[in-house]
Amino acid sequence: MTNPTAMQVPPREGDPEITPEIVADHGLTPEEYEKVLKIMGRDPTFTELGVFSAMWSEHCGYKNSKRLLRLLPTQAPWVIQGPGENAGVIDVGDGYALAFKIESHNHPSAVEPYQGAATGVGGILRDIFTMGARPVAVLDSLRFGDLDSGRVRYLFAGVVNGVGDYGNCVGIPNVGGEVQFDRGYEGNPIVNAMCLGLMRHEELITAAATGNGAPLMAVGARTGRDGIHGATFASEELSEDSDESSRPQVQVGDPFTEKLLLEASLELIASGAISGIQDMGAAGITSSASEMAGRGGSGVELEMTDVPVREEGMTPYEILLSESQERMLVVAHPGREDEVREILEKWELEAAVIGQVTDDGKFRILENGNVVGDIPALPLTDGCPTYEREGIESEQVVALREMDLTEHMTAEGDLTKDFLSLLRSPNVASKRWIYEQYDTTVRTGTAVRPGGDSGVIRIRGTSRAIAATTDCNGRLVYLEPRTGAMAAVAEAARNLVCVGALPTAITNNLNFGNPLKTHIYYQLREAVLGMREACSAFETPVTGGNVSLFNETDGKAIYPTPVIGMVGVIDDISKIIRHAFNSAGDDIVLLGTNSGELGGSEYLYVTYKLVAGHPPSVDLEAERLLQQAVLKMNHEEVLNSAHDCSEGGLAAAIAECALGNGETPLGVSAEVDEDLAPIVSLFGESHGRIIVSTSPENTERVLAIAALYDVPAKRIGTVTEMASGFSIKVRSGSVQARMTDVAEAYFDSIPNIMDAPTGSEA
Amino acid sequence: MKVAVITFPGSNCDYDLFKAAQQVGGDAQFIWHRERGLESYDAVLLPGGFSYGDYLRAGAIARMSPIMEDVIEFAKTGRPVLGICNGFQILCESGLLPGALMHNISLKFESKDVMLRVDRSDTMFTKDYTTGQVLRIPIAHGEGNYGADDETLKALEDQGRVVFRYVDRDGEPSDEANPNGSWNNIAGITNETGNVLGMMPHPERAMEKLLGSTDGLALFTSMAGSIQPS
Repeated sequence: MTNPTAMQVPPREGDPEITPEIVADHGLTPEEYEKVLKIMGRDPTFTELGVFSAMWSEHCGYKNSKRLLRLLPTQAPWVIQGPGENAGVIDVGDGYALAFKIESHNHPSAVEPYQGAATGVGGILRDIFTMGARPVAVLDSLRFGDLDSGRVRYLFAGVVNGVGDYGNCVGIPNVGGEVQFDRGYEGNPIVNAMCLGLMRHEELITAAATGNGAPLMAVGARTGRDGIHGATFASEELSEDSDESSRPQVQVGDPFTEKLLLEASLELIASGAISGIQDMGAAGITSSASEMAGRGGSGVELEMTDVPVREEGMTPYEILLSESQERMLVVAHPGREDEVREILEKWELEAAVIGQVTDDGKFRILENGNVVGDIPALPLTDGCPTYEREGIESEQVVALREMDLTEHMTAEGDLTKDFLSLLRSPNVASKRWIYEQYDTTVRTGTAVRPGGDSGVIRIRGTSRAIAATTDCNGRLVYLEPRTGAMAAVAEAARNLVCVGALPTAITNNLNFGNPLKTHIYYQLREAVLGMREACSAFETPVTGGNVSLFNETDGKAIYPTPVIGMVGVIDDISKIIRHAFNSAGDDIVLLGTNSGELGGSEYLYVTYKLVAGHPPSVDLEAERLLQQAVLKMNHEEVLNSAHDCSEGGLAAAIAECALGNGETPLGVSAEVDEDLAPIVSLFGESHGRIIVSTSPENTERVLAIAALYDVPAKRIGTVTEMASGFSIKVRSGSVQARMTDVAEAYFDSIPNIMDAPTGSEA
Repeated sequence: MKVAVITFPGSNCDYDLFKAAQQVGGDAQFIWHRERGLESYDAVLLPGGFSYGDYLRAGAIARMSPIMEDVIEFAKTGRPVLGICNGFQILCESGLLPGALMHNISLKFESKDVMLRVDRSDTMFTKDYTTGQVLRIPIAHGEGNYGADDETLKALEDQGRVVFRYVDRDGEPSDEANPNGSWNNIAGITNETGNVLGMMPHPERAMEKLLGSTDGLALFTSMAGSIQPS
């Protein structure tokens, strides 16, 4: 279709005049505004300016990340739907397809943690069920400042409550996620929510508006004045006064309506009465209608006075940019509008025809029949300028990375005391305080609950299951973005193989600072390149995701945090493995080697409040072989448990295996003979290591399989009774503790911090 | 066994109960809350979830749904009515069971496995258990703190209508084993005639080893076995 030009539209009475200040307030640069003028062939009206502002925000337009995102591998034979739709979709066997995606709600959560987090979950659920899939699991990936701040505890408690209440009410089990606490996130918490949905292949539906004259219907909740310009807000830095002034940009969620909308949407799709459906998420009606037109190669015409609203007197500008939650835009087959209404009515919701699909390639807005906006649709959605910026590494980061850590590595001290301090650190300690507020068992499909390496959901009626995990250690990405991003992908894959799943595909959430700054753009580019390398090596294509930039407060950026949400497939549910040791007398085998770095470790942060040094190197080939070896061992059923080694290092990982869920802890007697300082042996966070336990008669086979895949493997000890305690000897030192002390340090830490009576909350 | 699973707007364990009923050989049907007529069923199940978003008070709006009149009539015939979680809350709100479920004493949603002791194994819901048996069953609720006035509580205890109690692994009721603050560690009760059971824990989530426990299965086999084929 040739690009149509905009028709002349007189200014709407009462709307402000377009001035350079108003353009700047809408987040458009003078160059971008020039491009708007070129597309329009005239000055935009105030309504049109609002539409461009939202669609060309970073949140919708990906203008600073699009060129980099194109570098990511997105193809594989099992990918059914790659990036560009509401969610990615992969084949998982037996006629089933999995829709999955991760999304951020960082800015809203910084201002209003409960609602910000709740609506983050709501949005990602809608992205999944608009594909025709029934949501079956949620995960959440969270970052906060240190918990010694009352403000941070308030944000943390509010976010967890919001994530929980929303998912609990809709009835979607939370099966995993992660949280990290570090001063690097003090002013800007990260709230990423991931959702997985299952469907039969034939149930897949997309979000394209096709068929000239087909009615467009708004379904679900009414449109109100909340969240106006949320997408633009999400694309700015926060400042000290963002707290008060930005509240109106935060949406308010209603999970009860969401549950009804979920059921109604799936029933609508099954009825065949509609040809397309999309969530009115960021930038509301504007983005859903224009994106559906863009995908369908068509146009849309919307009558603002037909949109069901919550209050009188809303302007077209407000209606178009509202981010009221729990709304959908549906393209109905002509003549079947009443069927749509009946289904919505059954679920006690509304449906209203608000416009139609056209064939003129325009995004046209009417008010009482008068045209108040007329924009060529394709340039609006695809014409957003994209930038490739200069990226230069920060000298400060280089200095931190190159810091000499010899003294820290060889420090004399009480290793047992250090070990217990590490277990007590909220970054290592049990996250039970969080996930006991989440319904993890609803839908009776959760085979592995939170607290293990990955969550696992069975596919009913088959022998298969889906595993999912989210991972990213922002400190490592901060110190060396490319290595850190590779590490995130590698850790995610290890977490999947530790439950017996084959890593299959990823969704990513790129949480970064302001990309207009050269050192932030450097982080972004390097992280994408690292992700690209790792995803190619593991054959885990990226099927979609989300970008959240401008995560800065008063000029201070978060650690670059490219969260990886990875999914894997388990062919035989009877072979799921878990992280906990299960029998005294079993052998403990360490797979992989310690590459000797201490950089970026939790030990340095806990002991010295230091984030420095070279992060552990990532050997992608070795990682791949390790994954294959563990899957082979599991296939032969010679493993009794498997656990990835990450934050806190080897000692913490072995403690987690011994503790399990805390009900029936076992003891450990191990000896690790490495030519390394004790601190590095015990607390270094080398990648590519997995701790497995095996019945003694199978140990030989485990070692033989490891050898087959060139994976270094060594029997390092024995699982003992709890009363024998926890003992790990290294070359010149040891950790010796009673299991009750280990359990107390690990399980009681976060509850002690969060449930202790405190003074002021903010 | 023909089983009706009542679905209210906001129910989210209806599918799980449906599957549980099927697993013990039941012919399960979903009944939307606006439908009427339960005469032809052998058992009625009220699922967990957040009917009407728990607005006002958990279960307070659902009890006004048209189908609840039929549930009350059905209960009078002596056939089994089982309410789990939100279903228990609705049974209390509708007067089929005494007492009320308040916010958990922690003021937080509590989701975990708990230990339950079977205090009565002579009900139509528990005859496949033994008295004193300790079960592992998941809970997931924000308002499960059972309370009633002294008289009601005494009647419940004197008449042996407390069917399940929160206990520790040795079967002893204790504050530590009580996940929500329920008085007398009450987890499940019946009406005077013993055919209406309300409980906060989710036996339908403990029906398979894969999911962590099979201790809920006997509740459904008990119910199936108590029903005279119609």
